[in-house]
Amino acid sequence: MTAAAVPGVDAPAPAAGRRLASIRPDLLPVAAMVPAGSRVLDVGCDRGDLLDHLWREKRVDGRGIEISHEGVRACIARGLSVIQGDADTDLADFPSDAFDCVILSQTLQTVTAPRPVLRHLVRIGRTAIVSFPNFGYWRVRAALALKGRMPVTSGLPATWYDTPNIHLCTIRDFVALAAEVGISIDRSLIVRRSGRVAERPPGAWANLVGEYAIFRLSRAA
Amino acid sequence: MVFSQPQQDEGEAPAGPSRAVAPSGLSVTLAADRPMPLDCGAAIGPFVMAYTTRGTLNAARSNAILICHALTGDQFVDGVHPITGKPGWWSLLVGPGRPIDTDRFFVICANVLGGCMGTTGPADIDPATGCAYGLDFPVITISDMVRAQALLLDHLGIDSLFAVLGGSMGAMQALQWAVDYPERVFCAVPIAGAARHSAQNIALHEVGRRAIMADPRWHDGRYAEHGDRPLDGLAVARMAAHITYLSEPALHRKFGRNLQDRQRLGFSFDADFQVESYLRHQGSAFVDRFDANAYLYITRAMDYFDLAATRDGDLPAVFRGADGAGTPVRFCLISFSGDWLFPTRESRAIVHALNMAAANVSFVEIDSDKGHDAFLLEEPAFFAVLAGFLDGQAEHRGIAGP
Repeated sequence: MTAAAVPGVDAPAPAAGRRLASIRPDLLPVAAMVPAGSRVLDVGCDRGDLLDHLWREKRVDGRGIEISHEGVRACIARGLSVIQGDADTDLADFPSDAFDCVILSQTLQTVTAPRPVLRHLVRIGRTAIVSFPNFGYWRVRAALALKGRMPVTSGLPATWYDTPNIHLCTIRDFVALAAEVGISIDRSLIVRRSGRVAERPPGAWANLVGEYAIFRLSRAA
Repeated sequence: MVFSQPQQDEGEAPAGPSRAVAPSGLSVTLAADRPMPLDCGAAIGPFVMAYTTRGTLNAARSNAILICHALTGDQFVDGVHPITGKPGWWSLLVGPGRPIDTDRFFVICANVLGGCMGTTGPADIDPATGCAYGLDFPVITISDMVRAQALLLDHLGIDSLFAVLGGSMGAMQALQWAVDYPERVFCAVPIAGAARHSAQNIALHEVGRRAIMADPRWHDGRYAEHGDRPLDGLAVARMAAHITYLSEPALHRKFGRNLQDRQRLGFSFDADFQVESYLRHQGSAFVDRFDANAYLYITRAMDYFDLAATRDGDLPAVFRGADGAGTPVRFCLISFSGDWLFPTRESRAIVHALNMAAANVSFVEIDSDKGHDAFLLEEPAFFAVLAGFLDGQAEHRGIAGP
């Protein structure tokens, strides 16, 4: 994964006076949902921007799983606890309720088997936060309907033959799957193209105007 | 109080066994009051432990790092080795401004129990008989080595280590430390290690031991009394083992089928090929600095290593306390992709167990085709990970920057 260069991340900065790394704007609402001082597992943590942010801002005891060598090395080199692993295979190792919150940010659409991964998220964590690009977003629909080509948008920038996304879904698809596997959606946020975040019920409107969806999940009672 | 480099304290308790080799460095007599129990059921003491230190222990005594050496390593982790005259085995990693920064950390490295570089081992004189122990030396385990190191820490007045780290057999010790003394270890870095010695690795060790024992100059382990040494057997053991530390690509890159000091095949059994000449050199250089019986004992300690043996093979249970909570020790496991002696799957098995115990663990596999020896070589990605991990953990521990 060739992540964009983030200032202060490529080399471990000195412990004192370390600059706060800026995090991707779509990670800020995810970070906002995490309670301070909680235990968090970030699945697909890339170079650790979110975990680092959570540690610095909220003293969150964070762990990460990342598939790329480069991402893991960057995480460990900035003092984060991260293992090289794969959401599809390594979540099964973790005991139930090991974390207050498990985060799967922009990764669900890349896993081989989303259903067991989702089940593991709410098993390992008392809550889970999942974000993904919404394939029901109107620009995606328009690209497919009008041009007849696989959509390439700001939210889904890769061409069909280059994309790591193998299991894209719409907000309504996700809601249906959550109901099927016994997961309740406690909070539902959409991110507009402008970057504006709004709490919206995961219905038809959210499915049309949300470029990304962010859900907080738990095991259905 | 600031504890700096201790003075040579050899002779504080002269009751210990006398030394066959007395290289420079520090040494101390341990278990003088009460023998130290061993896993085999015997007890040992008093015994001598040889060690080196670098850097300065801080006032809080919180910045000590114990480095555990591998099978044929020793306490001369950096600086010039007093016998070989070569740089210490981890001099790339240990020193001011290096990943294990001696401006920041107080680094201790001790020769293992059963070794031959100053710590009591089978080459030393048994005070009961006046002869070298030979095979009368008790069989020791990784756990025994760690127990002896804990006595050294007691002697140095260090309750708790900031970090314990090592590669290969050093990784075994680092793991054993975390399991046996979780309250004395803040973080552990087992590098190129395993939770137990594999059948293949036991088999390879057995080849080395049989080479030594098949040498008539071994004299059933009593070569010291015969004024002899099984140099050929030990050299062959080293040659066989050395191959296992490398890799096919590394050997090919270094030697190919190149001939040694000749233009054509010699149609003889001289060292026609460079790789043969290299291995012979490795064998003969090794016997200058290593004792054959110590080689038997230390390889045996590795063979016996099985972290989960006392828990019926339940590795996650090893990392849980009596209350079922995960170990407080923070782990960073590192493996190398080209290591076939301690392959990545061995480290991954430990990571899985630590995850199941909900422990704090980092893990990375470093891309390298240099074989098991990669942990001793210049591997910038490895150095960056190690430096970053120690830096991050030091911040958690509240150890001031350099």
